[in-house]
Amino acid sequence: MMDAAAAARATGAVPGIPHDAEGPVFREPWEAQAFAMALTLHERGLFSWNEWAATLSDEIKRAQAAGDPDTGETYYRHWMATLERLVSAKGVATSETLHRYRDAWDHAADRTPHGTPIELRPEDFEG
Amino acid sequence: MELRTRALETILTEKGYVDAAALDSIVQAYESKIGPRNGAQVVAKAWSDPAFKQALLADASKAVGTLGHVSRVGDHLVAVENTPQRHNMVVCTLCSCYPWEVLGLPPVWYKAAPYRSRAVKDPRGVLADFGVSLPTDTEIRVWDSTAETRFLVLPMRPEGTEGWSEAQLAEIVTRDSMIGTGFPTTPGAPS
Repeated sequence: MMDAAAAARATGAVPGIPHDAEGPVFREPWEAQAFAMALTLHERGLFSWNEWAATLSDEIKRAQAAGDPDTGETYYRHWMATLERLVSAKGVATSETLHRYRDAWDHAADRTPHGTPIELRPEDFEG
Repeated sequence: MELRTRALETILTEKGYVDAAALDSIVQAYESKIGPRNGAQVVAKAWSDPAFKQALLADASKAVGTLGHVSRVGDHLVAVENTPQRHNMVVCTLCSCYPWEVLGLPPVWYKAAPYRSRAVKDPRGVLADFGVSLPTDTEIRVWDSTAETRFLVLPMRPEGTEGWSEAQLAEIVTRDSMIGTGFPTTPGAPS
């Protein structure tokens, strides 16, 4: 089950997480998925919230330098970039692997007819 | 971004860093906090405004489009009305076109193939599993949501809500009541 205390610690330690009185809120389902991944990896000890907040703030600065509108709508894009960066910095997956899986999912989405669930198959990696 | 998220999740799952079911349970904890919950506003308006209700049942995409603040419901939305004679229930192939903007996040069990096939064969049994019992003479109609047509169940307005504002009404419209596997929260009952 969901550990509400863990979520509360995350929102306390990481600035800018969109939330209401009860906790985090999400614009789209993938944002909640990205939040859940960070929460899980933190609990496994892959990074501390301090480390996370520093990396995230760096990602946001970079994006803003590149013209990000900074309206809050892109917050979880930076969150995903932070996840990918830490996952590769900690040696869980190289950025090459990250790209290979992204391409494979793109491929799976392209070949899947509209109206059926998208599933990853070995041939999606053959590009 | 959705595919990028899925790609990372696949890697982390394969390497044993995360467990897909554990991620699902975290996400489910926020199911009422994801997306704009447009559907609840639409239902509340239909309960309050007979002309809007009529327009909604005639052409849901068009009617919802007239609500300026509600966006992204997409084309081909069909509203089906629950009455004492007929209860509507929606099943879905759960492709990427699932209309979460309208209905909120799909429940985990929705993704299960057995749910979908059983809902078609034995809708009354499935509803009973959810604690939903209907009079035996109420017909149950099952709608298959596809990429072409998405369905929104218009539940019956609960008694005891006379004089409520649309905002108050929207609060009691649950996700499950809009897919037909539950009822709106009954006023005064513990939720």
